[in-house]
Amino acid sequence: MASQSQIISLRRHAADLRLRIVRMMGVGKAHHFGGSLSAADIITALYFYKMRYNPADPQWPDRDRFIMSKGHSVPAQYAALAKLGVFPLEELNTLKSLGSRLQGHPAMHLTPGIEGCTGALGEGLSFANGVALAARLQERTCRVYCLMGDGELHEGQVWEAAMTSAKRCLDNLVAIVDRNRLKAMDATECGKVLDPLAARWTSFGWAVKEVDGHDMAALSDALDWTDGQVHQPSMIIANTVKGKGVSFMAGQAAYHNASITDEQYRQAVAELDLALQEQTQ
Amino acid sequence: MNSLTETRFAYGEALLELGTQRSEVVVLDADLYKSTRTVLFRDAFPHRFFDLGISEADMVSTAAGMAASGLIPYCNTFAMFITGVCYMPIRTQIAYPSLPVKLIGSSCGLTQGPDGASHQSLEDVALMRALPQMIVVSPADDIETRQATFALADWPGPAYMRLGRYPTPRLFGADYHFEVGKAKRLRDGNEVVIFASGHTVAKALAAAEDLARDGVEAGVVNVSTIKPLDEALVKDAASQAVLVVTVEEHSIIGGLGSAVAECLAETRPAAPLLRLGVRDCFGESGLADELLEKHGLQPKGIRASIIQRLALSS
Repeated sequence: MASQSQIISLRRHAADLRLRIVRMMGVGKAHHFGGSLSAADIITALYFYKMRYNPADPQWPDRDRFIMSKGHSVPAQYAALAKLGVFPLEELNTLKSLGSRLQGHPAMHLTPGIEGCTGALGEGLSFANGVALAARLQERTCRVYCLMGDGELHEGQVWEAAMTSAKRCLDNLVAIVDRNRLKAMDATECGKVLDPLAARWTSFGWAVKEVDGHDMAALSDALDWTDGQVHQPSMIIANTVKGKGVSFMAGQAAYHNASITDEQYRQAVAELDLALQEQTQ
Repeated sequence: MNSLTETRFAYGEALLELGTQRSEVVVLDADLYKSTRTVLFRDAFPHRFFDLGISEADMVSTAAGMAASGLIPYCNTFAMFITGVCYMPIRTQIAYPSLPVKLIGSSCGLTQGPDGASHQSLEDVALMRALPQMIVVSPADDIETRQATFALADWPGPAYMRLGRYPTPRLFGADYHFEVGKAKRLRDGNEVVIFASGHTVAKALAAAEDLARDGVEAGVVNVSTIKPLDEALVKDAASQAVLVVTVEEHSIIGGLGSAVAECLAETRPAAPLLRLGVRDCFGESGLADELLEKHGLQPKGIRASIIQRLALSS
């Protein structure tokens, strides 16, 4: 269980992460603001609280693994890895530019700390199953965390993978859904029906917990809860707000992948800076 | 010719042996383990065998995760499914990071037979050949299949191997050595050179014998690695020929014929090229031999096409 001082520290990390996400994206270039910001607290809880990880040795065989299945939100992961020192913070400014290690979607062979190649949605949970099965075969105690978008759950392969995880009783696997209720164009419920989402995952044989994905205490508790699940995989449905932390982006599908003006950038940074100062006090 | 075997059977036996030698080899299947012959591995190493059910894309993505963790996964289903259903995860998760996943496409080509167009892979080589970092292997007999099965475990990156359920004669002795990226001359003859791979190698050799009786000297080259193509040998073998021929159990678009055409067209004014294969159409139900005959891929058809083409150019 996270202590009160840990929670305070985690909130500070998350606020800092959001500020770094917006700064690395900058002005006038299309970036995936919405999903990166909605996932910021989840990624903070994983990297700064839950995961067994040595930033000095990102290839340590017994490390816990994080698979970013919603690959477009990888800027949030880049920010966490840079904050941990896996690569230099200055490198964040090279995001998506020619020759950069920080590609628009995760590239495990290019970027230290990235555990799999994703980007086409729906493939990450199967990959995470493979990592979890390998860990079991190799008798490693590491755990595997996989973050999916809720829109991503439209992809059929997710449900193939969900059946595999349950069939193989992968209790070393934790999947998290960033349930921000928006996809690229509009609501996740446009095009397909996801609810009752928790009941669906339960019926697929998963241990399911639903939390406020911006409540650091609830997130850390839920991650601890997954440690106690035996013979079945764990699912945390994290209810979030797309674009969380920037007032004009919050709850707006338009900032799934968008460029912002100078003025918008100044406003976003000001809001996030204020939030960080509030956490620092 | 000696007794006939199917390359999938040689693969199943080699995989079993590989399993005893390499503990990091794991095998995945999508509900076809008796047909793909991974059943032998399954029975011997149940803890390293994973039947994921009828979910091919899930299978190859799972294999990618295993490969990222240091294992060497062999993924198995029909050639049509492993290349067609799984193209996207193969591309993003396996080829892009160059993970050592071995994709084994069984029951390839027209000789899949009675199941018809839905199951007959005629574009699988084209799909895999287009992927950066992917190699494409199409062994011609049981000996070569066995050697390729072992060689793929040592190959550091991803690989696609095309296997069949069509009884085909043994072409190589026990001393044969398969090497990734190396083609091999099986018959000398400079007037016509025939490049073939997989089941069509034996057909090309038989056609070349018939052609010799017609007074046409035809060489035959086994191109068991379609990618990377053995360009040096292809260029050399074609250098004296008045006619270059490719024979494949695949569409003439994107497969061996395309690979040879690209190689020769870029490098030298070559002799005319005759591409024998499936001419931009789907397959259909029928017996394997009937289908090969219909598409001109039996020795008789190959010979006739070559004679006809030689008459045109003379």
